[in-house]
Amino acid sequence: MKAFANLSPATLAEAVELLGAARANGEIAYPAGGGSDLLGMVKDELVAAPDSIVDLKRIPGLDSIRVSDSGTAIGGLVTVDTLAGDEGIRLRYPVLAEAAAAVGTPQLKNTGTIAGNVCQRPWCWYFRQGFDCLKRGGDQCYSVIGENQQHAIFGGGPSFIVHPSDTANALVALDAEFQVAGPNGERRVPASEFFVLPRDNLQRENVLDADELLVGISLPASQAGRNGAYRKVMDREAWTHAVVSVALTLDMDGDVCRDACIVLGGVAPIPWRVSAAEDVLHGQGITAELAQQAADTALEGAQPLAKNGYKVTMARALVRRSVLEVSGTA
Amino acid sequence: MTGITRRSFLGRSSAGIAATATLPALTAGPQEKAAAQQSGPAPRTRIELTVNGESHALEVEDRWTLVEVLRDHLELTGTRVGCDRGECGACTVLLDGKNIYACSYLAVWADGKAVETVEGLARNGVLDPLQQAFIEHDAPQCGFCTSGQLMSAKALLNEGAEVTEQSVREALVGNICRCSNFLNYQAAVLAASRGA
Ligand SMILES: Cc1cc2nc3c(=O)[nH]c(=O)nc-3n(C[C@H](O)[C@H](O)[C@H](O)COP(=O)(O)OP(=O)(O)OC[C@H]3O[C@@H](n4cnc5c(N)ncnc54)[C@H](O)[C@@H]3O)c2cc1C
Ligand code: SF4
Ligand code: FES
Ligand code: FES
Repeated sequence: MKAFANLSPATLAEAVELLGAARANGEIAYPAGGGSDLLGMVKDELVAAPDSIVDLKRIPGLDSIRVSDSGTAIGGLVTVDTLAGDEGIRLRYPVLAEAAAAVGTPQLKNTGTIAGNVCQRPWCWYFRQGFDCLKRGGDQCYSVIGENQQHAIFGGGPSFIVHPSDTANALVALDAEFQVAGPNGERRVPASEFFVLPRDNLQRENVLDADELLVGISLPASQAGRNGAYRKVMDREAWTHAVVSVALTLDMDGDVCRDACIVLGGVAPIPWRVSAAEDVLHGQGITAELAQQAADTALEGAQPLAKNGYKVTMARALVRRSVLEVSGTA
Repeated sequence: MTGITRRSFLGRSSAGIAATATLPALTAGPQEKAAAQQSGPAPRTRIELTVNGESHALEVEDRWTLVEVLRDHLELTGTRVGCDRGECGACTVLLDGKNIYACSYLAVWADGKAVETVEGLARNGVLDPLQQAFIEHDAPQCGFCTSGQLMSAKALLNEGAEVTEQSVREALVGNICRCSNFLNYQAAVLAASRGA
């Protein structure tokens, strides 16, 4: 790696200041959580060589989880491993615990942070192999007529990445709220508005500015009776991103579904919530037919590329099965 | 060459001179350091690492990964580098007891922390039960992935939870064996966990 300075701010304010100062000086500075994604990008020169890396790990207070009856606060620097193993999260927000458990490998989970996981850059193979595609400021997307097996079937264009974060899907399904710190103080962004489509911003996958940080995540109180699960299909059993996945929560009253939230992963440049499919379930007794109908509805309007049509079939099956399993009907 | 190996030369030219180096980056705060970075030499930081129970004070370039420091500057070459990208597991070490990829973690971030490498497993010439089980089960073939497999297995046993075939599989999932000797590795870890 080219030389850079590692900066270890002791407070959040100082971290934001360092990022802002770098920007004002025309320098490149990146924040690091676990660094597992960032260092790979820097080594491969997939992003501009940094003048500095702002390490967030020495800032106290960002690595705790507080679960309570009125809601839950997760610090941005909580590791994916801690999140996956947290008793309170497993009990009250199983969809999130399962999504965290589904990330990469033990080594990646031990260093990777929840903020870094949510903010990780795309894993489109052209992008990671250093092609000068649209995402990198070039003038074409190589996946359109190239090897697009892993690419988007919803929300694509002009880039067809799929969002790589497992936890992001669960956070959208839970109606989480993201706490963002920046030069003008803190702002709160609903998870549903945090991620942005390439047609709205080609260079970034979320609403964060270069001098803003994701510092925490709040979850609404978990309702009794609400169950959830994260199901991920991979082309091998571990250590890879989802081919397709579903983050599902169901609020059941006996056999009847009071409320449902279904978010698809691996299919779009952002976690892809399918409200029309949720509507199919609302107020209904769950049956195999209804689950199938919800699954069909979820995949309506998909626009596969030449080589990823299989994702439609796969996601449909995954939705149907997950609804049946989580509702206890299977 | 006259008895100077490449490794000892590297060691001398970097961490070896740390004690006498007086670069401004040494004691500078983040702000001054950011300013210094614009022109001067590669920024360096003084850190303290406990490696296999022994503490080291050394000065590292900020851009050095933990595995670079272990291999090139502390001469602990049991830890391997395969991909340098978090994609193979050869560089696995324990950081404060948890297994991590030392290729994907900066050495400066490990300041004040405890690192354990494969060299720390044997005590007083006696192999760790994991190492013994690896031998008995013919786990290593070419041996390139072995130190990483050992450290992930160590992390699992350190947890103290009941070890099952499934938990061994999950614990070793972040360590690829190109010789594909996964089953022998699993059997060895399971055996070691049972004191067999
Ligand atoms: C081989 C491999 C397989 C993987 N498989 C999976 C997988 O299956 N599922 C999955 O979800 N992930 C996967 N990942 C990604 C991995 O989980 C992430 O690298 C890790 O979780 C990111 O966390 P981090 O803290 O290390 O991020 P970092 O590397 O520190 O940061 C990632 C990005 O986010 C930015 N960033 C970091 N913290 C903040 C913050 N607080 N605010 C704003 N921006 C920030 C950084 O600048 C960087 O651009 C995989 C990675 C590898 C290398
Ligand atoms: S999908 Fe996006 S990242 Fe991949 S080649 Fe196209 S523009 Fe680049
Ligand atoms: S060398 Fe670190 S994971 Fe391959
Ligand atoms: S023994 Fe050869 S790579 Fe594992």
